[in-house]
Amino acid sequence: MAHEEINLTLQVWRQEGPKKSGKFETHVVRINTHMSFLEMLDVLNEQLNQQKKQPVAFEHDCREGICGSCSLVINGRPHGPMQGTTTCQLHMRHFNDGDTIWIEPYRAKAFPIIKDLVVDRSAFDRIIQAGGYVSVNTGGVPDGNAIPIELNTAKRAFEAATCIGCGACVAACPNASAMLFTSAKVSQLALLPQGRPESKQRVLNMISVMDKEGFGLCSNIGACEAECPKGISLENIALMNREYISANFASRRVPTK
Amino acid sequence: MKKLDAKIPPGPINEKWTKYRSTMPLVAPHNKIRMEVIVVGTGLAGASAAATLGELGYNVKCFTFHDSPRRAHSIAAQGGINAAKNYRNDGDSVYRLFYDTIKGGDYRAREANVYRLAEVSGNIIDQCVAQGVPFAREYGGLLDTRSFGGTQVQRTFYAAGQTGQQLLLGAYSALSRQISLGTVKMYNRHEMLDLVTIDGKARGIIARNLVSGKLERYGAHAVVLATGGYGNVYYLSTNAMGSNVSAAWQVHRRGAYFANPCFCQIHPTCIPVSGDYQSKLTLMSESLRNDGRVWVPKHIEDVEAIKTGKLKPENLAEDRRDYYLERIYPAFGNLVPRDVASRAAKNICDLGHGVGSSGLAVYLDFSSNMKRYGKSVATSKGKENASDAEIMTWGREVVKNKYGNLFEMYEKITGEDPYVTPMRIYPAIHYTMGGLWVDYNLETSIPGLFATGESNFSDHGANRLGASALMQGLADGYFVLPYTIGTFLAHEISTPKIDTNAPEFAAAENDVTIRINKLLSIKGNRSVESFHRELGVKIMWEYCGMARNEAGLLKARDLVRKLREEYWTNVNVPGTADEFNPELEKALRVADFIELAELMIVDALTRNESCGGHFREEYQEEGGETKRDDENYGYVAAWEFTGVGVDPQLHKEELVYENIKIALRNYK
Amino acid sequence: MKWLISFLTSSLGKKVVMSLTGLFLCSFLLVHMIGNLKLFADSDGHKFNEYAEFMAHNPLIKSVSYGLYFFILLHAFQGFLIYFTNRAAVGGGKRYSGKQVSPTEARIASRNMAALGTLILAFLLLHMGQFWLKAKIIGLADGVTLFDEVKIAFSQEWVVIAYLLGLVALSLHLLHGFQSAFQTLGLTHPKYTPLVKMLGYAFSILVPLGFASMPVYFYVMHING
Repeated sequence: MAHEEINLTLQVWRQEGPKKSGKFETHVVRINTHMSFLEMLDVLNEQLNQQKKQPVAFEHDCREGICGSCSLVINGRPHGPMQGTTTCQLHMRHFNDGDTIWIEPYRAKAFPIIKDLVVDRSAFDRIIQAGGYVSVNTGGVPDGNAIPIELNTAKRAFEAATCIGCGACVAACPNASAMLFTSAKVSQLALLPQGRPESKQRVLNMISVMDKEGFGLCSNIGACEAECPKGISLENIALMNREYISANFASRRVPTK
Repeated sequence: MKKLDAKIPPGPINEKWTKYRSTMPLVAPHNKIRMEVIVVGTGLAGASAAATLGELGYNVKCFTFHDSPRRAHSIAAQGGINAAKNYRNDGDSVYRLFYDTIKGGDYRAREANVYRLAEVSGNIIDQCVAQGVPFAREYGGLLDTRSFGGTQVQRTFYAAGQTGQQLLLGAYSALSRQISLGTVKMYNRHEMLDLVTIDGKARGIIARNLVSGKLERYGAHAVVLATGGYGNVYYLSTNAMGSNVSAAWQVHRRGAYFANPCFCQIHPTCIPVSGDYQSKLTLMSESLRNDGRVWVPKHIEDVEAIKTGKLKPENLAEDRRDYYLERIYPAFGNLVPRDVASRAAKNICDLGHGVGSSGLAVYLDFSSNMKRYGKSVATSKGKENASDAEIMTWGREVVKNKYGNLFEMYEKITGEDPYVTPMRIYPAIHYTMGGLWVDYNLETSIPGLFATGESNFSDHGANRLGASALMQGLADGYFVLPYTIGTFLAHEISTPKIDTNAPEFAAAENDVTIRINKLLSIKGNRSVESFHRELGVKIMWEYCGMARNEAGLLKARDLVRKLREEYWTNVNVPGTADEFNPELEKALRVADFIELAELMIVDALTRNESCGGHFREEYQEEGGETKRDDENYGYVAAWEFTGVGVDPQLHKEELVYENIKIALRNYK
Repeated sequence: MKWLISFLTSSLGKKVVMSLTGLFLCSFLLVHMIGNLKLFADSDGHKFNEYAEFMAHNPLIKSVSYGLYFFILLHAFQGFLIYFTNRAAVGGGKRYSGKQVSPTEARIASRNMAALGTLILAFLLLHMGQFWLKAKIIGLADGVTLFDEVKIAFSQEWVVIAYLLGLVALSLHLLHGFQSAFQTLGLTHPKYTPLVKMLGYAFSILVPLGFASMPVYFYVMHING
């Protein structure tokens, strides 16, 4: 592993607040190729700090690709050029000396910008609150092994459940649709026997909130799947569509609202 | 001086909790609605507690500094969660889990708490399955388990290498449900900066709205902290960048005792530091030690040859490798507890056998087990004459199914393929056993203030066993705190809604404002980050890390004091208080880390013995094993804050072992 | 009926309407294309004219055709609605300045369904103006059959080019739309989806090719006298 030093030109989106207008700012950094992308931004911020300027605000926390905090659209792609990789796990060895890198926030009406590269993704929380759970209270549940679950079904549920809620699917989708995110939770709980009893109500409520939050409609393009750092499959969207149609037409439930 | 009363219920250990739970005072449903509870933190302990309290009917306010409750660092836990289910019929039981945990903690944990933890461990698995947590399963559809360090049974339930994520999302979903039902009001992007006490009881918090920058007051009849550990005092750790001690430290300043601060867990299998720009360390799950064998070259000339690139580690002959864990600890082998494995790695590197550019790494090698798995696949395929290459391909598939995501993560970070070249690993700070002192009710020394999960000190003694943190967080949140908080609230049913206009709130808010304004006004020449790095890497890891000695600790205390002085005169915090300002958030946290660091050093200096994660070089057996002093240090050190830069006051809680014969820890 | 309205106005309901109308229009395309192959049945267009006569006066076909007009309008109207909803969801305007190509950038059809749909609609207006309007509303001049109209229309170069462009747009629209409809309806399965996709590709290429053969044939015939 060569620890190589390279120079980069950064075009970073700066925006003071939600209502302010933003613009790109140009910065030059000299960094080590073994750094992660966020460590490269740390270098930039230390540089700005030395110049008594405002550091760039960006979101990050675990820096190991699981918390879903980091976002960023790097050179036009959410989480940058590597597939199956979050921004925090993107390493600078994938860039070359002299490159210009464009760094922008996720852009979607449902994800308003808070500052610089930080956006408000609380719409995702509200979608989960609409039904992304199994309605059981603590205690009084059956033994963990009471209901065997077929291995393949358990695996599919798990794969859907690995969504980290980062929002790359919305940022990548030309329609800013949140179908992949929503369907990952719907699928996980629809596949497992524990989630079946309320699966119909769940999908109706979650879709309804998803629509209210101002996300776009799914055109089955597949950009979300391609950019998802966890490889959540489009198959989940199909499953959710199936659930939604059957919840509307095959269930005996008549809405009261 | 308050007397430390752990409030351990009387009776035989296996009846304590059941009996206590059945006789403790309760709050009737119509009163619960009027009772307000603040929960700070939404990790496993916080989210589960907030959700369960909401289900019970309490009026809950829940706070996180993250943009969503789902981001808490519990999400990064990889390996698994222990439970004494004995599904494998391998001789597991509540008692055995209890015993393993006490022994693993090097006899510095409270028996009654640990027994209760083992008792409720099974309920956690049931609860999570009911929530739709997709645990790993076997072909028959039943739950799968695997081994973890410090145990000889397979009691660890898991979901690939993402168990923490799945459990946290389960707790998050339960929390989300209560939010939608209106029993929990969620405050995202709000950071607790102070505790408000009225008449000695915890009655509220001052929180900063991180988007607007405004300070806000929140009142409640009781406050629960579930704010995690303080490993980030070392700057480089496996904790998330935002993990901090501030909430715990502020309540400590307000009178809550801080117990065993020097007990920090150093995890043996992390990706080694690669340069001084590094911002955090990444863990490779302990579960890898199920199939990975740890070794270093036996001969120094091989170390050199590998370093210069003349020799590839995968090509080094078997008889020139030293599988030192298997050699020194034949009974537990690669699955010795974390503190033991970490120290062994340090010792072997100190002897010059360390690999990698810095010489601070050992190999974790999967090739023998890949071969073993490959052969078993060959047998099941009926291909007795399969070639070595075929066997390795099949073995690789098996290993990939078990740990694929971890291998990918390793490759992304290091650029090396761990299926071919053995992983390089080295110990790193991972978890803090110390924390706020709590009694059996999880109540701190401030009445009405509770601490759960990693933020308290209770269950892991001087060393935590793998897969026990998830267990403790959820045990506290789902099955312990929601009951025990009633012992306090039952006496508060006539207390009216807390008035946030009370002078105590104004005073606390004023204190915070002064602190913030002071930090912003310094406008010095160094960034917050540079202070944090110096504190962690140059002082704490160096002198209060894997091995400590008196001279080093004294020096460190001096350095920390100097650093604190420089911090408050030379830090540069850009921006203002009334805006989204991540630098200010960091500045407040680092200020608290610096104060905590001194307490850790004092604690380490006072504890003149070695136990678990606390290794004082002056106190070791031959061969470098820890040398405990049960007679003089068989206590919990609970420290009372007496002022910045002033010696804290020590309170001792003697540990009484009635059920386990205290003995030398032996993993040989 | 509230549930039906709430379904039809939901994002997913709108997509279901798009896919169902889309699939219906696919079936129409197939019938229309096969029927029009009668153009090649004989050289004087007798069989074709007979067929046209039958289609124009059979009451069942007539009523189905009203359904067809409605579905075309619904599909187009809903499509525009969705397009504007999606523009608003993205925030309007230019989205990202970074220029790296995403792995799905090549899916031109998927990413431009609205634009392709608009092209097809324009083509449809031209097509209906030429034949449907003349045959049904204005009425053909005495002694001129529909077959004659076809021959005249396809002897003009610009008409042939316009038709070919319209059919390319149709082909692209179908390439995405056919299998996308199944995904929207949740009709996916690891065993059968590959078959649906293959069928979709075949349909999207063969049907427009079938249509294209007509203007090309008559134009070539015209040039060769």
